[in-house]
This record gives sequence, C-alpha cells and structure tokens, in this order.
Amino acid sequence: MSERENILARVKEALTVAAPLPGSHHGAHAEPASLPTQEDHRRVLPLVGESFEERVALFAKNSDELRSDFKLLIDQSELVAALNKLRAAEGWTRVASHKGSLTDAACQALGLPVLLTDAGFDKTELEKCPVGISECDALVAQTGSVLVTSRSAGGRALSVLPPHHVVLARRGQLVPGLPEAFALVKQKYGADYPSMISFITGPSRTGDIERILVLGAHGPKKLTILCF
Amino acid sequence: MSTAAVAFKKDAVRLSADLRHRALIQGALSKYELKRDEKQALFQDWQGARQLAAETKWEAVNHLDTYLDQFVRGLEARGTKVHWASTAQQARDIMVGICREKSARSIVKSKAMTAEEIHLNEALEHAGFDVVESDLGEFIVQLREEAPYHIVFPAMHLTRGEIKDVFERKLHDAPSDSPEELTMVARRVLRQKYVQADVGITGANFAVAETGMVSVTENEGNARLTAALPKTMITLLGIEKIVPRLEDLALFLPMLATVGAGQLISGYNTMYGGPRQPGEADGPEEFHVVLLDNNRTAILADAEQRDSLHCIRCGACLNVCPIYRNVGGHTYGTTYPGPIGSVITPNLRGLQEWKHLSYSSSLCGACTEACPVKIDLAHHLLQNRRNASRQKPSFLQRMAFKLFAPLATKPWLWSLLVTKGGRFGQIFHGLVKGTRLDPAYVWTKTRDLPPIARQSFKEWWKERK
Repeated sequence: MSERENILARVKEALTVAAPLPGSHHGAHAEPASLPTQEDHRRVLPLVGESFEERVALFAKNSDELRSDFKLLIDQSELVAALNKLRAAEGWTRVASHKGSLTDAACQALGLPVLLTDAGFDKTELEKCPVGISECDALVAQTGSVLVTSRSAGGRALSVLPPHHVVLARRGQLVPGLPEAFALVKQKYGADYPSMISFITGPSRTGDIERILVLGAHGPKKLTILCF
Repeated sequence: MSTAAVAFKKDAVRLSADLRHRALIQGALSKYELKRDEKQALFQDWQGARQLAAETKWEAVNHLDTYLDQFVRGLEARGTKVHWASTAQQARDIMVGICREKSARSIVKSKAMTAEEIHLNEALEHAGFDVVESDLGEFIVQLREEAPYHIVFPAMHLTRGEIKDVFERKLHDAPSDSPEELTMVARRVLRQKYVQADVGITGANFAVAETGMVSVTENEGNARLTAALPKTMITLLGIEKIVPRLEDLALFLPMLATVGAGQLISGYNTMYGGPRQPGEADGPEEFHVVLLDNNRTAILADAEQRDSLHCIRCGACLNVCPIYRNVGGHTYGTTYPGPIGSVITPNLRGLQEWKHLSYSSSLCGACTEACPVKIDLAHHLLQNRRNASRQKPSFLQRMAFKLFAPLATKPWLWSLLVTKGGRFGQIFHGLVKGTRLDPAYVWTKTRDLPPIARQSFKEWWKERK
C-alpha cells in the first residue's frame, strides 16, 4: 500500500468513533446543520459601514494605522500627478510594472524605462527597480488590505520584491470586507484560479526584535494605494 | 521521572526565579495583550466567531478523509506533486530527495512549525544543503543555534543587545542595537539568498479543500518571496490543517491575527494553488506539497481529544498561560510549548515520557477561554493525567489516596488531625519555617504559608445554626 492509502485508512478507522460536538464544554449540544454562511460570518466580524463613504473612511483609517499611503483621487489626471510627484520625490529612473489598462496609462505618463514582468523577467533586474506598480482585484475596507493575484498584478514577485509597491485601483474595487472579497475571487476566477491569491495589508513589517515595529523586513518598505 | 521531566523541572525552577527573563516576557506579552483586546473588541460577536470557527474545524477534522481527498485532487489538477508521509523520517527523506533531484545548492525557508517538528533543517544540512531561515525571528534563533522560543514570536526571549551580539559574531555586521538597523542587516543578507536559492520551503496555516490551495500567513513578505523566486517550491503541512471552503478563511484569517499578534489581519495572507500556470509571469516551475501524519491519526482516533487537531497554532494559549509565562518556551523541550504542547506532546511522542507537562498546569482554564477554535485544553490536561495513571499506576499516588481516604471519610479523624492538629502545629511552625526541618519545606522554601483560618467552615456552620 502507498502512504496515501495508509494514512487515509488510518483516518477512516479513527473516524468510526464519533467525537464530542464542537464547543460542547461551553454548553453547545447540537450538531451544526451546515457550515457557516456569508451572513453568519458578517454577523460576527467587525462592522464595515453601510455606505461607500463610510467604507472609504474605514479603509483610510486602517491604511493610516498600517502606515500605508492611501490617496483617494478625483480622476486619472490626478493619478498621473500623484505618480509624478512620487517619481520626483524618490528619484525613480525606471519602474517595474505589468500590462493592464491602468498600469499602461500610468507608465506612459511617467515616461520612464519600464521592466514588464508579464512575459518573464530577470529577477536580479527586478530587485534593482525602485518601485513596482501594479493593479489589484479589490481593496478591503474591513482590514485595509489590497487583494492581488498572480494574474491581475503581474505575477508573484512584482508586488513584493521592489522596495516600494504602488497599487492602482478604481473606486468600484472597494469591497466591504473579507467575506465579500472571497466571494469576488470565487465569482471572478472560480473556473480557473490563478496560482497565487494574496491579501497585502500594509508595507512588510516585523516585530521580532523586542516587539518593536519595523517596516520593510523583507518586502516593500512602502505601500502606496492610489484610487480614483 | 523521565529524563524530559527532570530537565523540565530543573529549568522551570531556574527560570521562574530569573527576574531578567520575567521582565522580558512580561514586557513583550503586555504589549501584545493591549493590541489583542483592542482588536477583539472590534468583532461584533467574538464568542459567536469562536463557535463558528470551532464548528468549521470540527466539520473538517471529522470528515478529514473526504476533505483531504478533495484538497489533493484540486492541487494535482493544476500540476502540483503531492507527497504523503506517515512519519517524520519519511517527510525528511521526501524533502531531501526533492532537493537532491534538483541539485539544489541553497535553500531558503520561511517559518514552519511542522519543519521544526520533523527537525528538517538538521536533515537538510546533514545532506549537505545550505538552509537559511528567512523569518527574522527564526533567522536570529538559527544564528544562535537555538530552537524557537514561541510558535509565533521565535525570538521573544532575546534583547536587542543579544541580537546585536549574534549578528556581530556570525554576520560581522551590526552597526548598532537599534531594531530598525538590525532588521535592515537581515534584509540585506537574506535578499541575496532569495535571489540565489534553488528551492524555497514554506509551511502552511490552512489547507483549503474546496479549491486545493494552501494558505500562508506572515507579516514580513519572506514567505511571499520564498514562493516567488526559487524554481522549486515545497510546502510541508500537517494533515489537520484542512478547512472545507475558501470563504472559511474570511473568518479564520482575522481571528488568527487577532489572538496571534493583536492585528486586524496579518501583513500577507496568500493562497497557493499550484506552480506557475500558463500565461503567468513568474513562480516556481515545480510545486510539491508534503502532507505529514506523524501520529496525528493517533490523536484523531482519540475521540475525546480529537478537537486538539482543530489547533491553528496561533499561540493564544501560550500567551495567557501562567506556566508558560513563568517557565518560558524552551523549558518545555518540545516543538509546541504551552498548553497546546502539553496536551498534544504526550499523545504525539509518548505519554509516560511527557506526562509531566500535563501536571505542570494550574488548571486555571485561561487557555480554554483564549482558544479561538474552542479546544477544551484544560480538560485534556486532566484526561492526559488520567490516561497516564491508568496506563501505569504510580505507587506513591496510590499510597497517598489510601491514607487520604480514611481521613476524608471520618469527620472526627479529620477534625483531630487536620483542623486541630494543623492549628497546634502552626504555633511551632515559625521555628522551622523555610528550613529543611520544615514538613512543608517544598512549599515554604520559596513562598509564605498562609495561616490556617481561626474558624473552620464546619465550626462556622454550627454556630450559624
């Protein structure tokens, strides 16, 4: 027999005896009828606000606490202006990005040499780029997270290897919370999932030395979210 | 006593009186407690969330065969190679085998308690591979040639000065003892490793059955890089990590971050479902998933303690445990310290050898209340004690109960020997208190003995009538 069969046989054998019900030592005594629904999750998770304005305010508050730089902009021209300001402030001489409607326009406006990751790239070159500019699948108000996938954001490395990650998003991409974000992933990719789905929440961080927060442990030291 | 028990007792006695150690641990954990309470209060119904999480893990663990099968089929459908290991040895052999086959020179690893459990680094180094831990805390304890002190905060027991020292000794690079600068040294050193490494190894926090994905939680981005740059990626996980559906993570990810580190959600929560897919920019050419049993099926077979497989390794029970906070993480001598370690280690590694852990508990129940998936930890400690004495009754224990039984069943004898005798004895106790002549020496050598009440409950009850 293979180890797969051995292990599964031991599991089956073990499960012939029923276990006490979940939370029975806290007084629960009924077998749950079904797995929790999205409404069940929503009922217990933190509040996310009712209107778009409240949710944007929550996303902004969370970004602030996480030390992400979140900017809500009027239109694409403001987005270009914000990018040019960053370029001047940080002295970018080139950028890394991927093909996409928002990123294409941004790279064109910046007018700098672009390392595109889409068709494969040299990882040492990407490591030298001062910034990675990517699109995203959603912004999550509940947690201040950016949802990216290997398909929507130029692969796996673009959003973590350069020291500054700039995310371009549209207002319509703001979702209230994690339940809605996972529903979106299922609806968008259900038939064929990307090999990586990632919730990025703030710049890379560590507290491993005396529980003191340091940004930029391994991933980006800065996370900028430009939303219009 | 077993050798593990002797070592445990020796270290526990030493560390609980070590004021420097106490100050470090209390300092780190008091910061954590503030953040945890703040984030927990944001939940609309934290107790409701615990019940939903418990029900979800119960469903997964009690139908583990079905869900494992679904998980593996999902992974294989997108080109992942899945390996099964009944024992730690098999898991080590599989992983060493993959690294040999790839002719790997260097390996970069992100934090994985399961890898600690099977002593993976030693095996890889023994086979001639250069393995580097990329999580900052793990990187520090690796440089110090130590085991992690805590399952979430591996270097919690070290001061910045000690970390500076080890950086100086091993990396010859430590500009100052500022956490910021030390972190940047590690960043520089490890960046090179990511780019050069041939194989990346990660653990997993959850395994999603429905979509065939592993979910990895971290704050530093080190696991993201480990899974992005090397040509081969290996994920090692225990078979109990299963959750049924993708949306279950909407509940588990914020709960794990809240009780694990006092965060709303961790910095990076990433689901991997396969190697680089056609049309994708990057990612490993090969993705291997190693599923480990290593006696988990033995715990599964014990229906009474099956819920200890619900554990999501958040560390919440360690952080609230008065024993852990006094004796520290290394004293346990186990991969998993604290209450959850005291529950599962005797069942994973031998009841008689490790039963002392189930006795080193005040049974205060703080762990049971802290557990986000409602594992009945305090009762499991009692069950381990019962199982251990049932399997191998202790002569001393039996004699003690033989003496106690007549005392407890004859009120006049109790009153004479315990109540009156105690009061009488206490008059002279001051003469020998805290010395080796003291019959209560085990207690009084480090503590005060409270005076016996002037009136017993029985006397009070009589008077009240």
